[in-house]
Amino acid sequence: MKKNIATISPGFEDIMPEEYQDLVNDGPYGRGLGIKNLGTFKELIEEHPLCAGCGLALAIRLTAASLPAPEDTIIVGTTGCNSILMPQLAIHNIHSLFGNQSSLAAGLKRALKLRYPDKNKDVVVMAGDGGIADIGLSPTLHTWLRRENLTTIMLDNESYSNTGGQESGMSCEGAVLNMAPTGKKFPKIPMPEIAKDSGCAYVATVSVANARRLGRMVKRAILVAREIGPTYLQIFVPCPTNYKFSTSETLKRAKEREKIMEYISSEAEKLIKEANI
Amino acid sequence: MMERKVVDPEYMFKRAPREKKFLIGNEAVAEAVKRANVDIAIAYPITPQSEATHIVGDIYAEGYIKDYYRGEDEFNVMSAIAGARMGGARTFTATSGPGTLRAFEMFPLWAGARLPVVCAFMCRGVNSPLTIQPDNIEIGWLMDTGMLIFHAENPQEFFDMTLQAYIVAEQPDVHIPIGVCVDGFFVTHTREIVEVTPEDEMLPPYDPSTSPVPIMDMEVPPIRQMRDPFVMKSNYISYNTHASWQQEVRAAGERAKKHIARYVGKFIEVTNPDAEILLIASGTAAAQARVAMEQAREKGMDVGLAKIRVIRPFPEDEVRELAENPRIIIVPEHNIVGWLAREIKSRIDNSGKVRGHPRVFGGMTMPPEFIMEEIVNGRAR
Ligand SMILES: Cc1ncc(C[n+]2csc(CCOP(=O)(O)OP(=O)(O)O)c2C)c(N)n1
Ligand code: SF4
Ligand SMILES: [Mg+2]
Repeated sequence: MKKNIATISPGFEDIMPEEYQDLVNDGPYGRGLGIKNLGTFKELIEEHPLCAGCGLALAIRLTAASLPAPEDTIIVGTTGCNSILMPQLAIHNIHSLFGNQSSLAAGLKRALKLRYPDKNKDVVVMAGDGGIADIGLSPTLHTWLRRENLTTIMLDNESYSNTGGQESGMSCEGAVLNMAPTGKKFPKIPMPEIAKDSGCAYVATVSVANARRLGRMVKRAILVAREIGPTYLQIFVPCPTNYKFSTSETLKRAKEREKIMEYISSEAEKLIKEANI
Repeated sequence: MMERKVVDPEYMFKRAPREKKFLIGNEAVAEAVKRANVDIAIAYPITPQSEATHIVGDIYAEGYIKDYYRGEDEFNVMSAIAGARMGGARTFTATSGPGTLRAFEMFPLWAGARLPVVCAFMCRGVNSPLTIQPDNIEIGWLMDTGMLIFHAENPQEFFDMTLQAYIVAEQPDVHIPIGVCVDGFFVTHTREIVEVTPEDEMLPPYDPSTSPVPIMDMEVPPIRQMRDPFVMKSNYISYNTHASWQQEVRAAGERAKKHIARYVGKFIEVTNPDAEILLIASGTAAAQARVAMEQAREKGMDVGLAKIRVIRPFPEDEVRELAENPRIIIVPEHNIVGWLAREIKSRIDNSGKVRGHPRVFGGMTMPPEFIMEEIVNGRAR
């Protein structure tokens, strides 16, 4: 997108909603902003209807603020709590079905490569743990194995939250959840390890409580996907509604169980160094 | 790769010189794809379709298509096709029977997202028991997805309709998917004379700026699509939005009629419309019905044939008119459910005159004698 494309036609200034005017006058397009600038610009995310204290909502907010090129980024989500928020983002985003986000994103990315050979168009998959690790595992893996230039970001709340807190493959062993009435019988799916083995050039895990690091990881993941190949970022986003804790405890819980991991291929290492992120 | 030039679609369909080739249906559809200026083709193996997308792969290797790959399964192929379309590319893919069912959740999505996908369906039976044989039951399931459906009788129509489908589907006031269906094996693997347009002439490229919904490329300013996502709200506005959108998809199908008339031609081809007994059929059943009609007329029986080429949007007015005169309507089909007979019955007043026979399925062929038997029985009634 051209930097000045989001403008308001003369005479329409007073009709356009205030939030849109803010976006035009003070939005993040083409400005190379990040987490450290939060509070100084109009964010891509406006109000949203997710639960109070939702870790996932905060993760989307932080991710949106960290996109290296929001003016040329398309986000592909999938059914789940993310799809309730995504339409509020001032960025092209797609909800298609539950579990097909990666394959759809692959088709989109290939189309954009053909149509804009001289431009970066970052396609970012952002979806829930159920969407990525269970129902969408096959296309997730296959886009990695095919080395598609996609960034995959898992919003890991360790359950199917949108449908009322059922066990997912990313729930912890022993967790008692809907559809796991006697506790989950197997451990969390080792997605970071699988991502590494499947050809991701950059793999990282973090929690939503670690804003700066999360922001840096988002930038790295997208840059590497753009230039080298698939990347995977797994963000732990506790869900107060289904895990039934106080909405004020989200960040505390995120911090307590946060696992920070970063795998960077040697090729990606060079790129990240050169880009200084 | 040879130098090629873009030509006007109407010229290509109606006036371009034609060269005779001896092709099976799978080769004919690939010849069409070669001339369709396709950006991306995505393939997944299934009989009897595979050969068509093998050849499409060869066409890609020669440079006539810009991107091509084998996907992980049909659901994800159809998803990638959706993504490519949302990104403004022209696409091709094809599948058959079990592949169609595996992908099914995507078809209403294509229509609802207003994606002008062209997909070839080389119909075959579905399990169980395991079968790969010709049977077009899947068309009956596709009919209510919002997708438009052409049913080609032979390799020639498969060639023509595939090219025409792109131009109809991509009209801004249509912009919904079209399934170009053929009966597997009977068309895909049968060699016939096919008259093809010059190899160095191709359709104009798809112009993404004509899309009635924004292309997802961040080249137009993003808007917050909705403040309150419909799925979250139990209120009149959210219900009405979904309801009116579904109606809009159907309306787009109705609006396609004028473009189909212009580019594809007749929805129904009729021989002897005033006959006492009218055969109504589509696909290869129409070919068999034509033989039966000729045999019956040689024996002095008053029999006509209406071949329906376009299943969606269904040519209701024409069928109602056709159904007025004959005493008996016979609908031979290559599936067990009789979706065409069901459709005709539901559209006409005197549905008692419709006989949904013969029906052959599971790979059975339909000798004209089967249809003749119905004609003789019908006359005796
Ligand atoms: C094909 C299909 N199966 C099931 C569902 C029901 N469904 C909708 S959202 C959802 C849960 C999503 O869980 P997850 O991906 O972890 O996202 P979260 O809501 O936890 O963020 C499910 C099971 C659906 N919409 N489509
Ligand atoms: S259910 Fe959980 S993940 Fe979903 S919006 Fe509420 S807090 Fe967030
Ligand atoms: Mg979840």
